[in-house]
Amino acid sequence: MLYYTLKRLGVAVLVAITVSVLSFSMIYLSGDPAVALAGEGASNEDIENVRRVYGFDRPIILQYGSWLVQALQGNLGHSNYLKAPVASVIFERLPTTMLLGACSLAFALLLAIPLGVVAAIKPNSILDRIALSVAVVGQAMPSFWFALTLILWLGITWRLLPITGTASWKNFIMPSMALGYYLTPAVMRLTRAGMLDVLSSDYIRTARAKGLRPMTVLFKHALRNAIIPVVSLAAVQFGFMLGGSIVIETIFAINGLGYLAWESIQRADLPMMQAIVLVLSIFYILLTFLADMLNAFLDPRIRVA
Amino acid sequence: MPENSHSKRVLEVKRLNVEIPVPTGLLRPVQDVSLHVDRGETLCVVGESGCGKSLTSLAIMDLLPTKAKRACDEMRLSGDTVFDIGERAMSDIRGDRMSMIFQEPMTSLNPAYTIGNQLVEALQRHRNVSKAQARDRAIYLLEKVGITAAASRLGQYPHQLSGGLRQRVMIAMALMCGPDLIIADEPTTALDVTIQAQILHLLSDLQREFQMGMILITHDLGVVARIADRVAVMYAGQVVETGTAEQIFNAPQHPYTRGLLDCIPIPGKTKRGARLGAIPGIVPSLVGHMSGCHFASRCPQAHEGCETGDIELLPTAQPGHVCRCLLTQTPGTPVHETEGAAS
Repeated sequence: MLYYTLKRLGVAVLVAITVSVLSFSMIYLSGDPAVALAGEGASNEDIENVRRVYGFDRPIILQYGSWLVQALQGNLGHSNYLKAPVASVIFERLPTTMLLGACSLAFALLLAIPLGVVAAIKPNSILDRIALSVAVVGQAMPSFWFALTLILWLGITWRLLPITGTASWKNFIMPSMALGYYLTPAVMRLTRAGMLDVLSSDYIRTARAKGLRPMTVLFKHALRNAIIPVVSLAAVQFGFMLGGSIVIETIFAINGLGYLAWESIQRADLPMMQAIVLVLSIFYILLTFLADMLNAFLDPRIRVA
Repeated sequence: MPENSHSKRVLEVKRLNVEIPVPTGLLRPVQDVSLHVDRGETLCVVGESGCGKSLTSLAIMDLLPTKAKRACDEMRLSGDTVFDIGERAMSDIRGDRMSMIFQEPMTSLNPAYTIGNQLVEALQRHRNVSKAQARDRAIYLLEKVGITAAASRLGQYPHQLSGGLRQRVMIAMALMCGPDLIIADEPTTALDVTIQAQILHLLSDLQREFQMGMILITHDLGVVARIADRVAVMYAGQVVETGTAEQIFNAPQHPYTRGLLDCIPIPGKTKRGARLGAIPGIVPSLVGHMSGCHFASRCPQAHEGCETGDIELLPTAQPGHVCRCLLTQTPGTPVHETEGAAS
């Protein structure tokens, strides 16, 4: 188990380094940063001045090195637009996005896993068809459209829920549904397929031959084995969801990282965008690592791999 | 039949039928199967692949696939009826009063749980015992089935054990509640030849020690010769002959049983260099209703009468020896109607 953990950790660190390189090079991918910083109508002299002050005249490898050292110390640069350190702005916004992400994931899993299990118990039954329809509708519907529909019905027509802000837990219901629904179809289909596969396996027959109650067979013996691919999928999809939160946070005016990203793109606030990409990527890597650990806990055979 | 021998009876099955709907019609893989097992007795069910041996055992355990439907006149475990008593009542009996060992030890244990966990839950489901008591029982049985360092094995996962060890664990698991009846469905087929003999001896010893009734399903006549008290020969979904091991091996009545015995070399009997027998033809399809003897198309002695009507399992000249063949039958009533005629 220790060996497995170290191995996964090693891979995670390597991926993190790669991501940091990509995130660093973003500055150059969008053109000469000195020109962008100096602003419109700046003379060549001004641009050279900026280049020297910000250190863009140094060799790239040195720039990357000092940027990485700074980043590791928690200094992600300075936002030219907000006139504030990028790190403090991001960590102010991060909890909101994490809360939204966690709520969405919980919503998705709580909806998708039971649906998948029910569909697998009685394949091709009415319940299976209903679950399938939920999945197809979910896959076909863009999340921004679903979000607007929710606002229209729950927020405006029936006035059940607040439509903007983060004032109370009620504000998180609609965004979580809109964001989480995106994840539901894939999780449901994978749970169903996994359960169908596991339920026909020999060890389920053994469990029944022991006289175990149907619920014990289903939840102790079947679900644990069926859920393993779902964990990996959920981790990957959670990463996409953090990206998706840009749209959802903008629609619901939630002051999170996604909203910040959208604002920064509009303001061409390069250091901020760079840092957001880096932070989201690191979270993504962390999640994948956690998913690997969770899977190793669920399936002892993975631990020796 | 005397009353005292009736109380010894662990399992009594009369006219068990299994039907599975398939695209071409109704498949009837088990037809009119009647069996019984007494306390301390080993009944071997033999027959080639697809003859309905495994489905018969799954039907007794009520573990058939959902599409399969079963019907029977009577099914009693130690005198209590165990047919159509509902899933809840049946799950109380499964693993407690009758348990089963499967063919595939590699896939029959849940990979996600330790063997200790899987052994303990078998006992805790049926008995009101503490975890520590269940653990003690598991260690005792693991030692009984020949696993060394049993206590430390409890924390191991199935993938850390070899096939032979896993089958020993399966046997220990089946014994956790001290069942009246144990059904072993080809328990050695997936194992190395050297391990096969060990597992069979083990099963046979444990069966004698705990005085259980045992149904051993196999296609290996060598196994049967070694441990069977009685033998039921199945062909194409039916029991074609039942008798003591001695009767079946020394005086087989049914042409199929004779053909089967001709296929294996017997030390002292089979001449050196002589060709072993083979039964020509193929097993008939079991879809739809089939009249006459199922073996007629392959039988060297078949005559016109063999192709029509239902042929019943009837007593032969030997007591307790019954056969489903027109050639060997002495006039009498069908076995199903005379109580215990097959014993």
